[in-house]
Amino acid sequence: MALLFYPEFEVIRNENRCIACRVCERQCANEVHSFDSQTGRMIADETKCVNCQRCVSLCPTRALKIVKSNCNFKENANWQDDTIKEIYKQANSGGVLLSSMGNPKPFPVYWDKILINASQVTNPSIDPLREPMETKVFLGKKPNHIERDKDGKLKFDLSPQLELSMPIMFSAMSYGSISYNAHKSLATAAEELGICYNTGEGGLHEDFYVYGKNTIVQVASGRFGVHEDYLKAGAAVEIKMGQGAKPGIGGHLPGAKIVADVSRTRMIPEGSDAISPAPHHDIYSIEDLRQLVYSLKEATEYKKPIIVKVAAVHNIAAIASGIARSGADIIAIDGFRGGTGAAPTRIRDNVGIPVELALAAVDKRLRDEGIRNNVSLVVGGSIRSASDVVKAIALGADACYIATAALLALGCHLCRTCQSGKCNWGIATQKPELVKRLNPEIGKKHLVNLMTAWRHEIKELMGGMGINSIEALKGNRLMLRGIGMTEKELEILGISHAGE
Amino acid sequence: MNSIEGQVRIPSGCAIAAMISKEGKRMTGEKIVESMKPMHDRSNGLGGGFAAYGIYPEYKDFYALHMFFNDRASRKDCEAFLKERFEIVKSEILPTRKIPAITDEPVIWRYFVAPLKSQLNNLQLDEKEYVTRTVMKINSEMPGSFVFSSGKNMGAFKAVGYPEDVGVLYKLDEYEGYSWTAHGRYPTNTPGWWGGAHPFTLLDYSIVHNGEISSYDANRRFIEMFGYKCTLQTDTEVITYIMDYLLRVQKLSLSEAASVIAAPFWSTIESKTDVYDKKKHEFLRTAFPSLLITGPFSIVFGFNGGLMALNDRLKLRSMVVGEKDDKVFIASEEAAIRVMEPDAVNIYAPAGGEPVIIKLKEGAF
Repeated sequence: MALLFYPEFEVIRNENRCIACRVCERQCANEVHSFDSQTGRMIADETKCVNCQRCVSLCPTRALKIVKSNCNFKENANWQDDTIKEIYKQANSGGVLLSSMGNPKPFPVYWDKILINASQVTNPSIDPLREPMETKVFLGKKPNHIERDKDGKLKFDLSPQLELSMPIMFSAMSYGSISYNAHKSLATAAEELGICYNTGEGGLHEDFYVYGKNTIVQVASGRFGVHEDYLKAGAAVEIKMGQGAKPGIGGHLPGAKIVADVSRTRMIPEGSDAISPAPHHDIYSIEDLRQLVYSLKEATEYKKPIIVKVAAVHNIAAIASGIARSGADIIAIDGFRGGTGAAPTRIRDNVGIPVELALAAVDKRLRDEGIRNNVSLVVGGSIRSASDVVKAIALGADACYIATAALLALGCHLCRTCQSGKCNWGIATQKPELVKRLNPEIGKKHLVNLMTAWRHEIKELMGGMGINSIEALKGNRLMLRGIGMTEKELEILGISHAGE
Repeated sequence: MNSIEGQVRIPSGCAIAAMISKEGKRMTGEKIVESMKPMHDRSNGLGGGFAAYGIYPEYKDFYALHMFFNDRASRKDCEAFLKERFEIVKSEILPTRKIPAITDEPVIWRYFVAPLKSQLNNLQLDEKEYVTRTVMKINSEMPGSFVFSSGKNMGAFKAVGYPEDVGVLYKLDEYEGYSWTAHGRYPTNTPGWWGGAHPFTLLDYSIVHNGEISSYDANRRFIEMFGYKCTLQTDTEVITYIMDYLLRVQKLSLSEAASVIAAPFWSTIESKTDVYDKKKHEFLRTAFPSLLITGPFSIVFGFNGGLMALNDRLKLRSMVVGEKDDKVFIASEEAAIRVMEPDAVNIYAPAGGEPVIIKLKEGAF
């Protein structure tokens, strides 16, 4: 069937500025631009444009703009443009709609309805430029009882702890869904920052074992790339039970992205689709999870903390309570705005709950049950700024996972078409000519810059509250106030309204 | 109407003072009351109080419960409850003088009690845990009744008023103790409830505190996991529970507990050369991150047999220490020490996070 509607984007080319240098043509993997030799001018096939802004960014004469087309269907509050187009697409293909990155729908972003406190008069704010301000955290189980030897000296036995210089880690993104250079940027940046990145479910490329102490290795339902050396290579092992972008289903990596290196790392045939099962087929219940936790502890000789990552779903508090008693050291909760390289649109946009509410509910439940000390809590999906981090910690998180923000630092323009494998920014692609566009040295620098900037901002915000160590912020909900929320929302978040 | 204490969080500024005889010589409350006068401007008349140790030698084996009641009915209810749990060996009105400076006095009683052995056995609890839980239950579940002192051979005395008047009210000149602490309160909100004055106590632990901690809710939400209920929403209350948890439950030493709540900076720990000391600090910070207290505080922590004074790690509140013979004096201002002992020597300001621990000589207590 032919195209039934006008393209979503228009390529606006200022002919007075265009010098027909053909940079746009070379840069666009979607093949939007081409040179018309007859007229000597550039032309565009807008049906292929995803608005990734690569051509706009690289056009030397700033002759290009991509704008959202204003050629829309007749206005209808119920049958909106996107809804109609999706119907046409499905009528055309008979398939499930696929999307990438996080839920773009206008659901409430609770971070934006929470305000942070500052000291005035009764206690002093602290100036991070002049006083020490500590952001170091240790993730893992904390002891319930202190033990001493026969001379009365303290025994320093602790469950394995993950030490981070600041309460942020790069969240799971598999090698395969993102490129070698993207992984290299994340690994080297994590090393320089004293934090961790996460392999995602695609195994660990042999070149990156050297960054092991800054690596979290993931074990997901497909068990891609999992073997003894892999488990032992990381600083911690993460069991991925779910992902915020697509709770209830497994990962999708199209065969086009399974190139030689990815195939070897994942231990699956080249070109085969990597579809990880929706559940772990050895985990149908909480007691099965406990067995996998302890299998991994055995495999890593009880030297590494085990993280269990779950998507934020309706019953998250009870689920987390079960995980906190499973032997896991850390629970990672992924909210419904978390990103992905590919997910069914309906699931991405309709399944799961906001991480702010999930975090507040879980932290409260674990405290009510007296087991908050059993585990650390890490939250992601989506943490967009230093103030989101501060709010998450004050709600009760030990640390945050970021992934979309890290990709933006690497050049991602959130065009949300990762599933195509044609990422013009060299991130979500395995095409060598695209991958090389991302220079891992520059990528690392940008990630280090971003985290350094956030660390400064976190310190400023902490100092304003008169707090000089991040541990004193954890769960410190009195430092937060809600604005424009209902009683119920405030109750779940466990905070007062502004003015109270 | 203003919210009562416990329904809102009330930060306060304050004055503190303490004196102790290492030989265990008993002193009347006169001097400690006097010491608060030069620091008058550090209080605003909305709370003053004292803790005294060694004042009940004749009842030293019994828990001395000092209690506020709203009215006679609350007292009767509470007494019925107490009788189910304790043997009450003495029950009396806590003597006070009527003075114009302090009004709206609640019903104030004193009980000397011993836990019923049968109850301890039923619940499989040790005596102190049993008393702690009973105090928590009364304070959180019995409106109109409030236990403000529950240790052996010690007692807290507090009221809404200036501390020097509170001392007169409770006739502290008639008590003799080897150790005294004092507090004048400057709350920045004005509900003025007697239970909210300092010292705050649990068993024989008492805290007087000057400051407003910024870690309050992090500390509170953590400590409440272990059965403590922060009914007053004050810093002093949460610090008392933290000390109880670290000392009594986790059995840390005083200096170890000080290293948890006023932990050295990581950079300081890293530069330590004594291996055990370094590992100890790393361990304590990693094991108890949620009990680190930030923001300004100076506290005097009293217990049977001694005192500990401690500042926050940045030293954001004044506190000085002096001594004379076997006596040690601590106060927010040197002027207060000079009132207690004009010839005090070795006056110094302890560094932030550096605990000053004074214990009675062996056998003196």
